[in-house]
Amino acid sequence: MSDTKQQPPANEPEKGHPSGAGKTRRDFLNEITLGALGVAGLGSVAVTYQFFSPNVLFEPPTAFRAGTPDLYPTNSVSFLQDQQVYIVRTADGFYAVSAVCTHLGCITQWKPEADMIACPCHGSKFHKDGVKIEGPAPRPLPHFSVTLTPDGELLVDKLQTVKSTQVLKA
Amino acid sequence: MATTLHSLLEQLRETRAWKSVFRRGPALTNRTRSQAVFGNLFLHWMPVKVREKSLAVRASYYLGSISFLLFLALTITGILLMFYYHPAVPQAYRDMKDLRFVVSNGVFLRNAHRLAAQLMVLLVFLHMFHVFYRGGYKPPHEFNWVVGVILLLVTLFLSYTGYLLPWDQLAFWAITVGTNIMSAMPIIGGKLRFTLLGGNLVGENALLRFYVLHVVVLPLIALFFIGVHFWRVQKDGGLTVRSKDDGKE
Repeated sequence: MSDTKQQPPANEPEKGHPSGAGKTRRDFLNEITLGALGVAGLGSVAVTYQFFSPNVLFEPPTAFRAGTPDLYPTNSVSFLQDQQVYIVRTADGFYAVSAVCTHLGCITQWKPEADMIACPCHGSKFHKDGVKIEGPAPRPLPHFSVTLTPDGELLVDKLQTVKSTQVLKA
Repeated sequence: MATTLHSLLEQLRETRAWKSVFRRGPALTNRTRSQAVFGNLFLHWMPVKVREKSLAVRASYYLGSISFLLFLALTITGILLMFYYHPAVPQAYRDMKDLRFVVSNGVFLRNAHRLAAQLMVLLVFLHMFHVFYRGGYKPPHEFNWVVGVILLLVTLFLSYTGYLLPWDQLAFWAITVGTNIMSAMPIIGGKLRFTLLGGNLVGENALLRFYVLHVVVLPLIALFFIGVHFWRVQKDGGLTVRSKDDGKE
């Protein structure tokens, strides 16, 4: 803001500058002070926001081992409660579906008798591949990447969502 | 007897100690009575004179006053509960259980706090409806209506932050769902949720943050706006009273 203003010369008395639109020294100092206070205010908002954003989180790890593939029979849906993930094994292979409802974050349940995933909070329903059947949920349940570790265990990474067509060949 | 008490009070008001505390002697005229109200920190935001009809039950049903009394009751019971509560995982849940089953009179305090909180939300809403249907938002009361809306929001947010503190399943899922609603806000929603919870999940950071908001930040905000609210009632000329409530139908 100060680049467009002209500072009156030091020897000029309190009156307006001859060329500078009647700005007094007092006006100039007021503007400089307000500007500095504004910058300081914005800066303190920014550093306070930084302070409130934790840099280290003590949350459960997002990647986990889900055991060896032979734990899961073909055409099965297994709910891993601690990880809130379904491991689905079809004839094609393995995929992992999030058990967290895309509506408001409740934990869904696999209903084998109805062959669907249902949310107890607001009644959203999904197929076992995460595709929405009905309910308030706005999106299908995401798929997480499933890989095989060198020692032959399934490794699921909940930070990596993958396309629902991607399966780990059994 | 009454005259003796009265003259005793008058004598007391003449003493040097009384004058030193209240800065004036006996209030014998309306002028000195007004000055007594103006010159007292705890009274200066109250009106010097009140129309008789605005004291009638029908004029307000005392909904705002009862909300304020509940706020005071919640402050007292809340401070007492703080002596036994740690905002930490999993100690918070154990402390809540202790308050219910171990601490003497703890179950009374906890239930009083909980019920007063629910009652306060109810009364603040009733107060708002009453003021609305009376036209109490019309000039010159517009600004005080806005202050009232702020107080309603602060009340709801106090209620919401207090809901997490027992750290039970109800609390966990209510805050999970509620903060997910918040994250549906465009652009800033996700950041806002992360900052409020202090993480991606409702965990120990979220519990501590909600605790600090519940016991320090929001009550101070509420107290500030309650002061403004009361003061403006007086400055705007008292309650909105319909002429037909003038004591007779």
